[in-house]
Amino acid sequence: MQRALFPALFAAGVTFLLTCLVIGVKLEQVGSELTVTGADPATWGWIATAVVIVFLVQLFQSPLGTLRRRLPAIEAHGLLPGHRLREQLRPWLIALVIVGLCVWPFMVSRGAVDLATLTLIYVMLGLGLNIVVGFAGLLDLGYVAFYAVGAYTYALLSEYFGLSFWVCLPLAGLLAATFGCILGFPVLRLRGDYLAIVTLGFGEIIRILLNNWTNVTGGPNGIGGIDKPTLFGLEFSRRASDGGETFHQYFGIEYVSSHKVIFLYLVAVLLVLLTLYVINRVQRMPIGRAWEALREDEIACRSLGLNPTVIKLSAFTMGAAFAGFAGCFFAARQGFISPESFTFIESAIILAIVVLGGMGSQLGIIMAAIAMTILPELAREFQEYRMLMFGGVMVLMMLWRPQGLLPMKRPHLELKNP
Amino acid sequence: MSETSLYVLQQLINGLTIGSTYALIAIGYTMVYGIIGMINFAHGEVYMIGSYTTFIAIIGLLTLGVSSLPIVLLLALITAIVIASTYGYAIERVAYRPLRGGPRLIPLITAIGMSIFLQNYIRLAQGSRDMAMPALVTGGIQFGDPAVFEVSISWMQMIIWCVTLVSMTALALFISRSRLGRACRACAQDLKMTNLLGIDTNRIIALTFIIGAALAAVAGVLLSLYYGTINPYIGFMAGLKAFTAAVLGGIGSIPGAMLGGLILGVTEALTAAFFPSEYKDVVAFGLLVLILLFRPTGLLGKPEVEKV
Repeated sequence: MQRALFPALFAAGVTFLLTCLVIGVKLEQVGSELTVTGADPATWGWIATAVVIVFLVQLFQSPLGTLRRRLPAIEAHGLLPGHRLREQLRPWLIALVIVGLCVWPFMVSRGAVDLATLTLIYVMLGLGLNIVVGFAGLLDLGYVAFYAVGAYTYALLSEYFGLSFWVCLPLAGLLAATFGCILGFPVLRLRGDYLAIVTLGFGEIIRILLNNWTNVTGGPNGIGGIDKPTLFGLEFSRRASDGGETFHQYFGIEYVSSHKVIFLYLVAVLLVLLTLYVINRVQRMPIGRAWEALREDEIACRSLGLNPTVIKLSAFTMGAAFAGFAGCFFAARQGFISPESFTFIESAIILAIVVLGGMGSQLGIIMAAIAMTILPELAREFQEYRMLMFGGVMVLMMLWRPQGLLPMKRPHLELKNP
Repeated sequence: MSETSLYVLQQLINGLTIGSTYALIAIGYTMVYGIIGMINFAHGEVYMIGSYTTFIAIIGLLTLGVSSLPIVLLLALITAIVIASTYGYAIERVAYRPLRGGPRLIPLITAIGMSIFLQNYIRLAQGSRDMAMPALVTGGIQFGDPAVFEVSISWMQMIIWCVTLVSMTALALFISRSRLGRACRACAQDLKMTNLLGIDTNRIIALTFIIGAALAAVAGVLLSLYYGTINPYIGFMAGLKAFTAAVLGGIGSIPGAMLGGLILGVTEALTAAFFPSEYKDVVAFGLLVLILLFRPTGLLGKPEVEKV
């Protein structure tokens, strides 16, 4: 206890220095005059509490540590049914989830469906980035650039050439993949952390270009009035545009505005399922195995005759393609895009989803995307603290569970102790 | 002299001013990278916190009735250095130390999380609006023909040059002459061996974070006085620019960071002179990409050998 006293006092002092000026004093701009006021007593109360808590935790660190070690570790995997049974149930479970996803929107409010669509976009982005970060182990901080490429591809093609969503979707993916390839080719030779910064720089360059190339992209004002997707040429609007036909006219039913929202949602479900299908297939192909092998040990891979550049490039390109699809869909859903939607923070949110879900684990990422988009909507007061929490969660996850909440499990055999 | 050359001269002066502050921030990146090989992504936020502390200290002192400008500036500098170094130390202690020795990407992700966290922490505590302060140090000297183009150097720019020069010299002396500086150099060469020789490497690593943060705080004081406005998001761009400067000079090399900062500042200013100023960021990042592609070791860096 005596020995812990000095470090505890030191930690309390550091905490006080961290909080006293930044939280305890408030800068305020009144007209052109800046003023400094002390914060209200409640804030100072919080600061004092924080200092005392840090002091006590540091003081009793060693007894707390032994207590924690005595607690049994929780094993989540033991709670699930056996491996055999799970394998048998798997197809049924998947079918059940898909049916549930398709039936669910008809029973709930329009806002909920809209939120679900947004969540699905993040699921797609998370799954795409997972290829790059989770499988191949390349930290891409400019992922949002490919998302932007996809979104602007659709917006520009539909504005200048009148192409429809379904034509633009593959084009957007293709163009984003091309961008990924062009960018990836030179930079993938770099070491991991340099790669992260270069991709970050690239993301910023794309955003600045979109912002300043005013006569094509509309600059900060963005592009509005983007067409919504159609169902085999049937539009989801009250009145058809010239030469078109609307969904409700064709089927002879009453016009309901929520049909459009549900249709968009179903398109998103389709895209996510497609993404999942493709990724699951590719993961089992030689290239997918090579990604993971490369992540684990690059030098060993090279000595086995794998070409790291080609393998990394394929992961990068594929991740970019999915971001392109997601971007195209995003533009169609919003009907309006501007460079504001493609800032670094967006990249960081997608990265946080991948990190929280457990790098490499697809189920984990889907769960994380749902949590990250729905939690702030449930509690509006949360909204203010959303980014603070994202940052905090990223740090805490790396400290406590770098493998994520639901880490990926690969098929393996274990020798039981005799 | 012709108008163009005077105009270029003016841009050079502005570029050197910004460049020297980039160099100050870049030293934090380069020292940390040199010792533990990680990119401290949250370093830009330490600069931002330094700027906020400067504003708070200056306005607070003026409100308290301290009227002598040099004393106000000196006290603000000291406050900013103390608070920012505490942040630098705390970030290392809480977020990076437990992760040392793990895979390379994990500390980088932590650092990004830390950066987002600090940015929003300041945003929540102080509001997201721009804060503007009237210039405290005004005036300067002008030369050149007023009919053609007048080149001006403000006192503030001179203060920036002097303070940067003094801090750099102090750092160089500290690294090359003092015992702790020698320990720092030893850590950069071989961390494990230094530890075996009885030097508390944890303490040295914490020290590099503190020095880096203190220099970032100096940059925060200088730039917040120079621009006169701050907001919680300035750390991101400044951090990226400083990182570019560190890479340009060769990451891990302290003279390299100084040189890189100056080159970057001048390049940016010259770009802004002849192209729309929005493109100066594009040039900075383009420069970063080009260096990493063609000379990843930077101008003064040593090549890194990959060991199995």
